[in-house]
Amino acid sequence: MDLKEKLADLRQQGLEDIENSQDLKRINEIRVKMLGKKGNLTGVLRGMRDISAEERPKVGQFANKVRDELTAAIEERHAALEQAALNEKLKAETIDVTLPGSPVAQGQPHVIQQIIDQVVDLFVSMGYEVAVGDEVEQEVYNFEKLNLPKDHPARDMQDTFYVTPSVLMRTQTSPMQARMLEKHDFAKGPLKMISPGKVYRRDTDDATHSHQFNQIEGMVVGKHITMADLKGTLKVVARSLFGDKLDVRLRPSYFPFTEPSVEADITCFNCMGKGCAICKHTGWIEVLGAGMVHPNVLKMSGVDPEEYGGFAFGLGPDRFAMLKYGVDDIRNFYQNDVRFLNQFDEKG
Amino acid sequence: MKVSYQWLKEYLDLDVEPRDLAEKIARTSVDINDVYSLSDGLKKLVVGEVVAMEDHPNSDHLHICQVNIGEDDPIQVVCGAPNVQVGKKVITALNGARIADNVKIKRGKIRGVESNGMLCALQEIGFSDKIAPKDYDEGLYFLPDDAKPGDSVFSYLGMDDTIIDTDVTPNRGDMLSIYGNVNDIAAFYDLKPHFKEVAVEENDDQATSDLVSVDIDDSKATPTYKLRVIKGVKVADSPLWLQIRLWNSGIRPINNVVDVTNYVLLKYGQPLYSYDYDALPGHDFGVRHAKEGEKFTTLDGDEQTLKANDLVVTVNDQPVCLAGTMGGEGTAVSDSTTTVALEAAIFDPVMVRKQARRLDLHSESSMRFERGINPATVETALNEAAEMIKELAGGTVTKGIVTGSEKPAQSKQIVLSLAKINDVLGTSLSLAEVEDIFRRLQFGCETDGADQLTITVPARRWDIFVAADLYEEIARIYGYDNLPATLPVMTRDHGGLTERQRFIRASRHDMEGMGLDQALSYSLTTVELAKQFQIDPVAKPMKLDFPMSSDHVATRMSIISGLLLDIAYNVAHGVDNVALYEEGRVFLPKGGERPEEQEHLAGAITGQLLTNDWHHDDRPVDFYQLKGIVERYLHNLGLAGKLTYVADQSRSEMHPGRTANIMLDDQLIGFIGQVHPAVAKSFKIPATYVFELNLESLMAAPKVANVYHPISKYPSITRDIALLVDQDVTNEMVTAIINKRGGAFLKQVHLFDVYSGLHLPKGKKSLAYTLTYQDDHDTLTEDQVNTAFTKVTKALEDQLSAEIR
Repeated sequence: MDLKEKLADLRQQGLEDIENSQDLKRINEIRVKMLGKKGNLTGVLRGMRDISAEERPKVGQFANKVRDELTAAIEERHAALEQAALNEKLKAETIDVTLPGSPVAQGQPHVIQQIIDQVVDLFVSMGYEVAVGDEVEQEVYNFEKLNLPKDHPARDMQDTFYVTPSVLMRTQTSPMQARMLEKHDFAKGPLKMISPGKVYRRDTDDATHSHQFNQIEGMVVGKHITMADLKGTLKVVARSLFGDKLDVRLRPSYFPFTEPSVEADITCFNCMGKGCAICKHTGWIEVLGAGMVHPNVLKMSGVDPEEYGGFAFGLGPDRFAMLKYGVDDIRNFYQNDVRFLNQFDEKG
Repeated sequence: MKVSYQWLKEYLDLDVEPRDLAEKIARTSVDINDVYSLSDGLKKLVVGEVVAMEDHPNSDHLHICQVNIGEDDPIQVVCGAPNVQVGKKVITALNGARIADNVKIKRGKIRGVESNGMLCALQEIGFSDKIAPKDYDEGLYFLPDDAKPGDSVFSYLGMDDTIIDTDVTPNRGDMLSIYGNVNDIAAFYDLKPHFKEVAVEENDDQATSDLVSVDIDDSKATPTYKLRVIKGVKVADSPLWLQIRLWNSGIRPINNVVDVTNYVLLKYGQPLYSYDYDALPGHDFGVRHAKEGEKFTTLDGDEQTLKANDLVVTVNDQPVCLAGTMGGEGTAVSDSTTTVALEAAIFDPVMVRKQARRLDLHSESSMRFERGINPATVETALNEAAEMIKELAGGTVTKGIVTGSEKPAQSKQIVLSLAKINDVLGTSLSLAEVEDIFRRLQFGCETDGADQLTITVPARRWDIFVAADLYEEIARIYGYDNLPATLPVMTRDHGGLTERQRFIRASRHDMEGMGLDQALSYSLTTVELAKQFQIDPVAKPMKLDFPMSSDHVATRMSIISGLLLDIAYNVAHGVDNVALYEEGRVFLPKGGERPEEQEHLAGAITGQLLTNDWHHDDRPVDFYQLKGIVERYLHNLGLAGKLTYVADQSRSEMHPGRTANIMLDDQLIGFIGQVHPAVAKSFKIPATYVFELNLESLMAAPKVANVYHPISKYPSITRDIALLVDQDVTNEMVTAIINKRGGAFLKQVHLFDVYSGLHLPKGKKSLAYTLTYQDDHDTLTEDQVNTAFTKVTKALEDQLSAEIR
């Protein structure tokens, strides 16, 4: 057998072995056996020195071709086996993607806080400042300076937790009206403020009454602030909180610190005004009280009612939350049952 | 006020459905509670005439009645009412009728005898005991003898009238009368009211002043006081039309004298009181304050103990009536009364309100006195009542009114500017439009033809004092629906949250991001709970003067105790994993008029922070998990000072071995730890970890500014060290030494293992740290690190007798 035949045999045998190899270990053995320093190909090529100078290049060329072919076959086979092995491994790693994900610790803001934050953010975006007052208030700010002198019948409307004859748990966030009016420098422009906070009434807790609840007071006082501005502002609030198709209507009402005073109703968001159980078939839901700041309130806080005027409103986040989510018992808000709290995942 | 639609129609040419009228009232005047008819939900109730009656053979009280219902043959009805009589016209529920409480009447047999309906009492067709006449309490109501059998009973009983139940705000006392309603409704529909006043004919020769005298000392307490006397009356039932007016207004008919006073009260809003003249202790009337502790028996039979600021009407100085509130026993008009002394007065609203409130004697009268009385109609009402009593109960009206005091009925003048009106309302009304509104309101209105209007407000609108009150009149009559909706024209300045408000909001977000749900608890609690868990205890909480419930008597001085109540509520309802935080005020009395209000942040966790899961081991909350939350939160604040956690055994509500005070430099800012098991038991909660922080201190504390630190390009080298130390050696002691001796290149010390137990000698524990070294400007060599590390190990060996493992 001449050298060329030996090479051809080697090629044939090598290619078969490669073809038959089933794992990466075997293919590496073949590589060493065939192409290694002490491998078959090297062994065969040792016979080169015995052939004629004329034949040598041809055989050499053939030998190179065999080497390249075997190398390529080994690489190809190696890659295929590697791929197969990887596939096998991945298959073994397969998991049930329908198993639940690991829980992540994430708390929720209280539903009432969500409403407060929404209202506050809305007014802040309209250039209002946020004024937070004390919850233990002086009687003079809770009543007198709001045009509620002693013996005023409206004081019966809000039974009060007194601490001393001159100190009480505030029954409304309205004391901030008087405090801010006193503080504000009108030379620097109108006063636009919103005041969220807890308020207290001498009530027995039941499904619709709570001795503690929340209010958000709003007030704008400046030159040329009109009742139409109040209506427009309330419309913005209603639409941003309950939906952009809702309308607002005003009805006459009475608050000692505003005149004219109104109740504001919004289109029932449940039936869009057609009438349903939530709106007691009126198509409207009462959401807040408002009015034009009473001249006496301005006067008592040192603001000239001839020059300045404005509007004020007060809304109840507890009531808003009850309406918006259909909560039928106000006590839910203060029991803090986590099954309740977690129903109001904050969206957007 | 329950306003009868038919009554209104007597005085107004109304061309609207009652429901539309109610809606208009709600939008223009006062709120509406309800619109209803007494006939709502009822059907097939007709006039029946009992034509024959026999005893039921199987009963000792039932009767078998033949009832003419206007058809060819009478129907047979079995009836158990004791007062059923042949010849009477009665309310008959036919087969298929609906009576009160949605009960359906069906043909059937009663003890074997066929019955084709039911004969009804007023209560059985929905009249409450508050309005059904007492005479018929025991049985059937008898319809008028001329009622036509087979006709619906509704029109005979006024039950087809629609009642508009208004909710009158405290300022609109004028709307507590038909008179006021008529005037207001006339204004908003631009109608001309034809309200009828009835004049009195004095048909007795005797002068009233011969029979009674009045002496009023205090015209502030009793601005108006007037009396008339009607002699020779015969007390009996009122005619049905009058009874209907009353029961449709929610008032029970009593007799023809009392009913007249109530009718006039409804018509004019003027309360009247009728005395049995002959039962009075004398004839000299007066009004005075009660004597402290004076006893007085009201006509409901209750003995009242009076106070010095109560107001009583007296006769010969003996109280006969709680002024404006309730009459006395023995002097009220009864069936045997023949001479009536009739009182029309105005009493001080505040005195009446306080008296009615204190004695819980709210009535139609007191409600009206509290909200004010129209001085212009006191005499009108007194005259009309006297005339009606004369007509309905016979008798003669004596000559003249005896007047003790009299408040003049004055109109007020208020000057308005058209420009200001439009400036306040945001409208562009013309002078003519505003004039027209006041014409409709029947207010006087003079203008200068340019901008100024002089408005004359009649006495019947005593709620109006200033221009703003008139703006409201203009706005509501013009219609709130017609107001434009605009936004205030805002110039320059910007709003926004203050630093303080942003701090609080960020604190809330941090807590939520770390898995705690926001709770809102009550600020008012018990004294004991208010005192618990204070950061820096104050002796006593602020207490309410007159609490409503024993659970809410004092203001909280910590937030934790409220959170524990929340946890208890959850646990009691089967929720075992609870992680709550609350941000809010605590109230610390510090000697001032009001307590100091501090913003605090507190958290409480029981069970597990993360719910059980197939994939991880349970991890019940422990001190370190909660501490991790607090540490992360405090880290986020970027405090410039040094934070330390100092073991604390002084807090009686806390586990003495698992509680730390949180110090910012030398200042106590809060604490963290496990609730003492005994305290947890008293709250009925399992192991719970809590913290509370004083946000005031944290807000005030200096902060570090955020500054960029370049990240070193050079590699870091780490060394692990495990040391065996005595149990009482703390992590803080070890890290302090490492940091002190670590050298310039020590960047971080990380505790990665703590072990004490079986494999270690008793009283010893093992702590293992990774120390990271890095030079910001060069590559560190192994030698440099080895040198630095050796210093650390030596210091630990020397100072803590640590054994390096």
